[in-house]
Amino acid sequence: MKQRDIQLDSQGRLRHFLTIEGLKQQTLIDILDTAENFSTVGTRKVKKVPLLRGKTIANLFFEASTRTRTTFELAAKRLSADVLNININTSSTTKGESLLDMLRNLEAMHCDMFVVRHHSSGAAHFFAKHVAPHISVINGGDGSHAHPTQGMLDMFTIRRHKPDFTALRVAVVGDILHSRVARSQIHALNILGVPEVRAIGPRTLIPAEAESLGVHVYNDMKEGIRDVDVVIMLRLQRERMQGALLPSENEYYRTYGLSPEKLALAKPDAIVMHPGPINRGVEMASSVADGPQSVILEQVTNGIAVRMAIMSMVLGRPNEEQEAN
Amino acid sequence: MTDISNVNTLLDKMAESIQSKCQTRQVSDPLMIGIHTGGVWVANALHPRLGLKEDLGTLNISFYRDDFTRIGMHPQVEPSSLPFEVNDRHIILVDDVLHTGRTIRAALNEIFDYGRPASVMLAALVVRSGKELPVCADVMGIRLNLTESQHIKLTGPDPLKLELQESK
Repeated sequence: MKQRDIQLDSQGRLRHFLTIEGLKQQTLIDILDTAENFSTVGTRKVKKVPLLRGKTIANLFFEASTRTRTTFELAAKRLSADVLNININTSSTTKGESLLDMLRNLEAMHCDMFVVRHHSSGAAHFFAKHVAPHISVINGGDGSHAHPTQGMLDMFTIRRHKPDFTALRVAVVGDILHSRVARSQIHALNILGVPEVRAIGPRTLIPAEAESLGVHVYNDMKEGIRDVDVVIMLRLQRERMQGALLPSENEYYRTYGLSPEKLALAKPDAIVMHPGPINRGVEMASSVADGPQSVILEQVTNGIAVRMAIMSMVLGRPNEEQEAN
Repeated sequence: MTDISNVNTLLDKMAESIQSKCQTRQVSDPLMIGIHTGGVWVANALHPRLGLKEDLGTLNISFYRDDFTRIGMHPQVEPSSLPFEVNDRHIILVDDVLHTGRTIRAALNEIFDYGRPASVMLAALVVRSGKELPVCADVMGIRLNLTESQHIKLTGPDPLKLELQESK
């Protein structure tokens, strides 16, 4: 028998949100549709709905983050949940407390959800495997494995501009080897039925298994970007690099940086995305990042609605015991 | 059994009743808000009958439900849209069926997250038995005494029809 996906309950509903890989298309569409409903909350006078009143969500960040942590926090607060931000560098793990001891302590405080960001791939799965049954885990990025909420907010942003996924050509450009964002995006694009996903970057930064993910690999940026509808630029992750995978930032920009000239090769109405933080003048020109085709700040805004949708779908799951009665 | 076959007659009666209520309460230029999905259909039918100037507002009360942890999310419903300021305005809140009163409790909570209206008048096409909260309609199309196993459902939007169903 096939082992059940740890992130789904017996009814196939999300009980954790750890990775996009393996999810059904309908689940992704439900997330996008629900997020569409939540997107109006941020524009109202009272930017809050009472959906998760009484729930406690702990943000466990073992790795630095500004955008992801603050948008998770805002999303939880707009759902009326109580939020604990635990910065692990200053917490008792530095005093020798083990990860599992810390988990047990947080459980004893009656938390309902952990949002986990960790530098090791598989960390969120580890948490999901060991938490008490009533607790849900959301992956806020693990190593170079997955960053599923970022992947979904990118899909939401794409759909806002290009509603039909089955008519799109999407290019993901840059350091795909170290990018958990790229992995989550590629899985989501495939599941949503995008017919052509291109991975553009130097040989040293494209993983060997790229083709098996269903992408077309291009080492020449000008060739790869031609006629695409969406250009997703990735951050150059120097902190994850070992050895000399790159010549220099200058040369990288000349070859793979998004300049106005290279962008002109894409479709005229192509949108430009970047998960942030941007290295201006390395991945892209400032004039492109701030230009009319850029939707980079929309991605940040959309991140709140998408995270609200995922949190409420996971925590709003009808209780399985209740259903059995 | 009172006649539920002609929804248009019920709507005409409601429009007339809203007008006279507005007159006695000295309400001028009211705003109208319909509750998704059936309430929006009814509001769409009442709006031109009353000749209201401002666009119809719509509410999706999913985020305010008190049974969220039992029934979960329904992503299909359209988001709320109130294309006006509600502060100090008179509001006619419209729903298809007033039953337990829980939907109206949720709708009032949501409206107050947009601002502080001067007044809210509740108009429901059908008021049925089974009230659980102290909520009454100011205007109604028809009142029905139904048993727990009987359900009244509005189908639409064109044509609007009321159907009485019996569950086993």
